[in-house]
Amino acid sequence: MADLTMPHVDAVIIGFGWTGAIMAKELTQAGLKVVALERGPNRDTYPQGAYPTSIDELTYNTRSKLFQDMSKSTLTIRHKPSDQAVPYRQLAAFLPGTGVGGAGLHWSGCHWRVTPEELKIRSHYEERYGKAFIPDEIPLQDWGVSYEELEPHFSFAEQVFGTSGQAYKVNGEIVGPGNPFDADRSTPFPLPPMKNPYSAELFKQAATEVGYHPFSIPAANASGVYTNPYGCQMAPCTFCGFCSGYACYNYSKASPNVNILPALRQVPNFELRAKCDVVLIETDSTGTKATGVIYVDEKGNRVTQPADLVILGAFAYNNAYMMLLSKIGTPYDPTTGEGTIGKNFCYQNENSIAAFFDGDKFTNPFVGAGGNGIACDDFNADHFDHGPLGFIGGAPMWVNQAGTKPIGGGPLPAGTPSWGSAWKKAVKDNYTHVVSMNAHGTNMPDRENYLDLDPDYTDYLGRPLLRLTFNWHDNDYKMANFMVDKMGAIAKAMNPKAMKVSAKKPGEPFDTRHYQTTHMGGGVIMGTDPTKSAVNRYLQSWDVSNLFVVGSSAFPQGLGYNPTGTVAALTYWSAKAIREQYLKNPGPLVPV
Amino acid sequence: MPDTKWTPSRRAFLLATVATIPAVTLSGSLLPSGSKAFAADQAGYTPVFFTQSEWAFVNAFVDRLIPADAEGPGALELNVPVFIDLQMGLPYGYGKLWYMGGPFRTAAPSLGYQLPYAPRDIYRNGIAAAEQAIQQAYGKSFTDLDATTRDEVIAHMQKGKLAMAPVPSDMFFGQILQNTHEGYFSDPVHGGNLGMGAWKMIGFPGARADYTDWINQNGAQYPYGPVSIKDQGI
Repeated sequence: MADLTMPHVDAVIIGFGWTGAIMAKELTQAGLKVVALERGPNRDTYPQGAYPTSIDELTYNTRSKLFQDMSKSTLTIRHKPSDQAVPYRQLAAFLPGTGVGGAGLHWSGCHWRVTPEELKIRSHYEERYGKAFIPDEIPLQDWGVSYEELEPHFSFAEQVFGTSGQAYKVNGEIVGPGNPFDADRSTPFPLPPMKNPYSAELFKQAATEVGYHPFSIPAANASGVYTNPYGCQMAPCTFCGFCSGYACYNYSKASPNVNILPALRQVPNFELRAKCDVVLIETDSTGTKATGVIYVDEKGNRVTQPADLVILGAFAYNNAYMMLLSKIGTPYDPTTGEGTIGKNFCYQNENSIAAFFDGDKFTNPFVGAGGNGIACDDFNADHFDHGPLGFIGGAPMWVNQAGTKPIGGGPLPAGTPSWGSAWKKAVKDNYTHVVSMNAHGTNMPDRENYLDLDPDYTDYLGRPLLRLTFNWHDNDYKMANFMVDKMGAIAKAMNPKAMKVSAKKPGEPFDTRHYQTTHMGGGVIMGTDPTKSAVNRYLQSWDVSNLFVVGSSAFPQGLGYNPTGTVAALTYWSAKAIREQYLKNPGPLVPV
Repeated sequence: MPDTKWTPSRRAFLLATVATIPAVTLSGSLLPSGSKAFAADQAGYTPVFFTQSEWAFVNAFVDRLIPADAEGPGALELNVPVFIDLQMGLPYGYGKLWYMGGPFRTAAPSLGYQLPYAPRDIYRNGIAAAEQAIQQAYGKSFTDLDATTRDEVIAHMQKGKLAMAPVPSDMFFGQILQNTHEGYFSDPVHGGNLGMGAWKMIGFPGARADYTDWINQNGAQYPYGPVSIKDQGI
């Protein structure tokens, strides 16, 4: 172990998931010499996705082959600021990634665009429902960027990901049976929508019957042969059902590894270093300029990597973690509401219904793809009148049949014992005869949901762990129950023999033992006011102008949609600002 | 991959014998459910981690979690104990997949596992403590109890009502149940789910991984049986 200093580069990227890969591609195209540092190991379709060894639920999903190495690091969790936090010791509620590709290697593939009104959520709600509608404890704020500004980047990200879907409106013209709530698009999806498994077909019929507007979920799972603008190729999805938690064996699921890295490998001004765990972003004596990063490599060397530009593209909450460790920006204080780093941690609020059918109706839930399915958006975002409802936010509802595997198990009828003959009979009778539906809801920020550094627990390098203070609040419970009521109408229209509704009950705490989603956000949020946001509208740190922090960390609130499509668009938006504005005149892109 | 090339010949003989008994009588006592005799009968496999008495306990326990009956195979038939024993020798067994840094504190159950024990410790401590508590309450080893009484004990444990330390009974129960599901439903390459018996029972096609021609067959049953990673030459 030694202290080493590497040759200077133009830009260093922390983390090589979607954001790191997109930034690497954009910045190398701009001629910069770029080094990307990934804390985890090298990973690719071969060997991590190779058939048949990748079709192994125990090794991959149950034993976390592609997830964060918990023995080295985790975060601590508590429900409120007065509680003692304890470590999240076993992966369950959320599954952060590690390694080349990050969570983008093991994600599902639902590929959405945030709605225009959600980007200006405070202004929108105040305008439609009045200023008193948003409670004081919900620190909603606008993102500082509009849908129109992001649209070209949504479009390009879909081209890069090879996304399958049906557009509704392109350049003002209705082009087909897409999502009628969708904003205007400049391009159709590059691939047609995926086919529907039987469950999704049942959902589509039932949702239509009750007057909702079903459409195909935009999926970054290829419905056909595809070559993206970088020359990277995809093959048609086989519906194997091994997406989420797995590396696709068939080059069908978009990932940084399949859709960007092959192109980057051809570029001489790019270098990817795996097993390099960044411990600090270094700043100069003024604290306003980053001089590079310090990381620990595989051999335990402490390495300084000088750079003119630092891109922080770690997993969602790890962006706030790195900011806190590096003492950049002012940590958020929940008692005063001041400070920005760690503020507005947000998540997702998922609630579900299972509909059970007789033994002669096979739904075959092992057939599927991560982004596959049918959704309806009638109760997402602000597509419905919140006035009398008393909550903010919404949820897309869907059958997103991603491949139910037996260890994780499918839903069982209410009252089924968890072991013994009756359990076994229930598994046998229901595994291939159930339709699972989810309301994949928003999670509004709360003054008491935030991130800071834990005072007690440390990781394998002796760094303090990140501490998450998070709980569900009234807004979440109200929304959960509204959503399962609306979704229940769809389920009933399927005429099942039984239904099981799982919705958060008022007062029920955040439970780390059961999977929710891995769609966390906030902590380094974007905005227009440096006292209320950590980065400006270009994802540039207000405090250190040669640092850009990209990812769902920028979201001021948790979306109903899966975050990746919006994360990718924001990253391209930020990259464009760097290329067209920052590199010509390094400094703050928005006056502080 | 764990080496599972042992031959369960005596077990196979025993199961073949049992198969001739009318299904209705198979539940509970007629199958030698986890009795010491039956546990010892897995002689073709010598447990690596579990001692003989622990092995008997695990056999007797998982046999009640997933009993053999007319609906389909039980945990013993599918070698679930073998699977669990093999898992104890992997990084998982040593707690290498978990964050195990201290201090260890009592916390709300919703904040998850907070004990300083790896799966190996949970089994070693848990079996000893459970046996002690069961001896006190019933004057017998768990493995000597009849099936009905074992079910009663397990139900108590599930509710955290069997007084045992340092591993509480509900936590211990949860660990065994999770590993039992894993051994029952994972690919046979890991030592359990013998002959893909659990997959055949529920209709999971295993590692087929290509449903291009079967995305939507309008409610019909998928026509092909399962395949294992093992079948693919691995």
